[in-house]
Amino acid sequence: MKKSLFIGALTAAVVTGGVAGAATLDDVKARGKLNCGVTTGVPGFAAPDANGKWEGFDVAVCRAVAAAVLGDSEAVEFVPTTGKTRFTALASGEIDMLARNTTWTFSRDTDLKFEFTGVNYYDGQGFIAPKALGVTSAKDLDGATVCIQTGTTTELNLADFFRSNNISYEPVPIETNSEAQQQYLAEACDTYTTDASALAATRATFENPGDHVILPEIISKEPLGPLVRHGDNEWGDIVRWTLNALISAEELGITSANIGELSGGTNNPEINRILGTEGNLGEMIGLDAEWAKRAIMAGGNYGEVFEKNIGENTPVGLARGLNAQWTDGGLIYSPPFR
Amino acid sequence: MSDTELAFVRHDQIPEAPPPPSERGAIKWVRENLFSNVTNSVLTILSIISIYYLATFVVPWIMNGVWNTSSLAECRDILQGAKGGCFSVLSERWNQLLYGFKYPNDQYWRPTLAFLLLFAAAAPVMFFDLPRKLLIFTGLYPFIAYWLIWGGTILSPIFALLGFVAGYLVYARYVKNSFFIGLFGGIFAAFVAWYIGGKIVELLNIQNPTLEAVPSRDMGGFMLNMILGTVCVSLSVPLGILLALGRQSDMPVIRWICVIFIEFIRGVPLITLLFVANVVLAFFLPPGTTFDLILRVIIMITMFSAAYIAEVIRGGLAALPKGQYEAGDSLGLDYAQSMRLIILPQALKISIPGIVNVAVGLFKDTTLVSVISMFDLVGMIRGPILGAAKWNGVYWELLGFAAILFFVVCFGISQYSQWLERRLATDHR
Repeated sequence: MKKSLFIGALTAAVVTGGVAGAATLDDVKARGKLNCGVTTGVPGFAAPDANGKWEGFDVAVCRAVAAAVLGDSEAVEFVPTTGKTRFTALASGEIDMLARNTTWTFSRDTDLKFEFTGVNYYDGQGFIAPKALGVTSAKDLDGATVCIQTGTTTELNLADFFRSNNISYEPVPIETNSEAQQQYLAEACDTYTTDASALAATRATFENPGDHVILPEIISKEPLGPLVRHGDNEWGDIVRWTLNALISAEELGITSANIGELSGGTNNPEINRILGTEGNLGEMIGLDAEWAKRAIMAGGNYGEVFEKNIGENTPVGLARGLNAQWTDGGLIYSPPFR
Repeated sequence: MSDTELAFVRHDQIPEAPPPPSERGAIKWVRENLFSNVTNSVLTILSIISIYYLATFVVPWIMNGVWNTSSLAECRDILQGAKGGCFSVLSERWNQLLYGFKYPNDQYWRPTLAFLLLFAAAAPVMFFDLPRKLLIFTGLYPFIAYWLIWGGTILSPIFALLGFVAGYLVYARYVKNSFFIGLFGGIFAAFVAWYIGGKIVELLNIQNPTLEAVPSRDMGGFMLNMILGTVCVSLSVPLGILLALGRQSDMPVIRWICVIFIEFIRGVPLITLLFVANVVLAFFLPPGTTFDLILRVIIMITMFSAAYIAEVIRGGLAALPKGQYEAGDSLGLDYAQSMRLIILPQALKISIPGIVNVAVGLFKDTTLVSVISMFDLVGMIRGPILGAAKWNGVYWELLGFAAILFFVVCFGISQYSQWLERRLATDHR
C-alpha cells in the first residue's frame, strides 16, 4: 500500500505537468472512444460476460458517460486495472476516467491529485466469520488471522480498528476478492474483511451461506465513486453531472421505459431541463441538448442500474440501504439541475 | 549290459513346466516390486490407502460433474449436495480461457492455425534428422504467425521480412572486409528498409485487410501464455549465448556491459520488471505514444530469461577443459570458427538440462503478467471469470484446467530435452 501510494504520488506529480490543461473531452471525441478504467472482475460491479461484453454497476457509469459524450454507450474501451495499477493508469492518461469501486479519501483527492466526481455507492467495511467460530462482534476477534486485500483502504482501516480497540490480529495478505474467498473457505484465515457489499456478494456464492455471519460492526466509511485527473474541470463536470443525471432521473421518475414519452415535454420543468427540451444545460457543459437523455437511456436511471446489476434479485443480492434515494431515507442525493 | 537291466529309461525330455505361480506374471511382479521386504510392504499399503482416499474424492467429483448449466447456482441445484464438479464453467468459457475475452469469436481459427504451424516450424529446429530445407519455413514462421494472430495488412510482415533480408545481404557483402562494418551496415540497412516499408504501409493505408486487425490488448487466455512463452524462449536462447560469450570476452567494454546487464537483471525480481514495463515506462514516453504492451512485456521477460540462460551457458563453457580452447587455437581457427565448431557444440550440450529448466520456468512465469492486468490464462480465471456473478466460487475446475494445460506443455518440453540428451550422448559412456 505504502509503495503504491508512493509511486502513485510520484507519478501523479510528474505527469500533471504534461497532462494538465489537456482537454480530455476533445481527446475522447477525436478518439471516438472513452477509455474507462474498471476492475479486473468484481461480481456485480464489473466483469465481462461469456461474449466478452462488460457489464456491472461501475460499467454502467462508463457507458452512461460514453453515451452522453459520444452518443454511443458501446463506444467504451474498458481498461481493466488492479488495486495497484489503477492510479498510475489514470495519472498517466492511459484512461480518461476510473470507475472501479474506489473509495473517496482525503489523500487520494489531494495528494494523488485526483478529482472524485460523486459517490455511486456508499459502502462500509465489515467482517465475515464462520458461525462455528462463535464470534458475535468484531471486537471478539482478538488474535484472529484476517484475510485482507493489499493496496486498499480496507488494509489501513483494519489496522486502525484493531489498534483503537487494543486487540491484535495477524494479517493474511491477498490480491483479489476471489482469492480471498478461496483462502477464507479453506480456513487460511478466521475472518475476511472488505467492503460489506462485497462480503454479501461473496457470501451469496458460498455453498452454505447460512454457516457464515457478517458481523454487525461497520468499521469504516467507504464512499465509492468515479474519479478523474486534476486539471481538467470541464471533463470532471461531465462525469459528475452524468452520474447526477442518473440519480435525478430516479428521483424524478424518469426510467428507460418512459423516457421517450417524457422527452416529448412534461409539466415538470426539471425533467424538461434534464431531457433537454427546456433551457440550455447541454450547452453549458459543452455537449448537445440530449446528453442526459442518452446517458439515462444507456442503462436506465440509478435505481434501474442498481436493480439490474447488484439488486436483491441478482446473485449479488444487495439491499438499497444507504444507497436509497434521500427521499426514501438513503444518502443518494443529486444537486438540482438548474 | 543290456537294455532290460534298467528299470526305466526316459526317452524324451520332460516338457517344460511353467514356473510356480508365485514366481511368474503379476504375482511375481507384485512380490518383487511392492512387497519385497517389510518397509516396502508398509509403504505399499499406505500408498494404496491414500490412493483410495484420493479416488473417493476425485472419481465421484469427475463422474458427477455437471457440464451444461449456465451458473454455479444451477450446478448446485442439480447436484443437491452430492459431490461433483461444476465443469459447466469450462464448457461456457472455454473460448475465453484459450483466447481471452476480446479476441473476435469468428477469428479463433487464426491463432489455432498459428499454433498448429508452430509444430511444423519448430520440428526442423528440434529434430535435426529432418531435411534442412524445412528451415526456410521456420524462418518465415514468425512473420506468418504475426500476420495470423494480429491480422491487419499483409504488407507489414512482408516489409519486416524484407528488412531482415536487406540487413543480411549488406552483412554478407561487407563481412569479409570487417565484421563490424558488416554487422552495423546490416543493422542500418534493416532499419532503412523498415522505415521505408512503414512509410509505404502508411501511404497505402489499406482499409479492409484480408484478415481483420486485432489489437494487442485483445490477446488473452492461454494464447497469450503461448505467445509470450514461445517468443521469449526463442529470443532469449540466442541472446543468452551472446551474453555468455560476451561475459568471457577479452574486450573489457563488452565484458563489463554483459556482466552489469546479467547481474542487474538477475538481481531484480521479474515482477518488478513487469511493473516497470506496465506503469513506469508510460511516464518516460511522450504522452500519446502507445508502445505496445505485449511488446514491452516480451522485452522484459526476454531480458530476464536471457540473463539466466547466459549464466547456464557460462557454466557449460566453464565445464570444458582448457585444452578444447587451445585445440581450436592450434588449428588456426579464428574466434568465431572455434566457438562455432568446437566450443559451443560441447558447451551447449552440457547446458541442455539447465536451459530447459529455465525455459520451463519461464513458460510458467508468463502467468505473472496477470498482476499487471493482462488476461493470460490465470488472469482470465482470477479476474473476469471468477468476477462474474454466475461463476464466483468455482475454483478447482478452473485452476485444474489451467494446471492440465501447463502440465501438458511443460511435460512435453521436458520429454523433448531428455530425448535430446540421449541423442547427443556421444561422450565417454
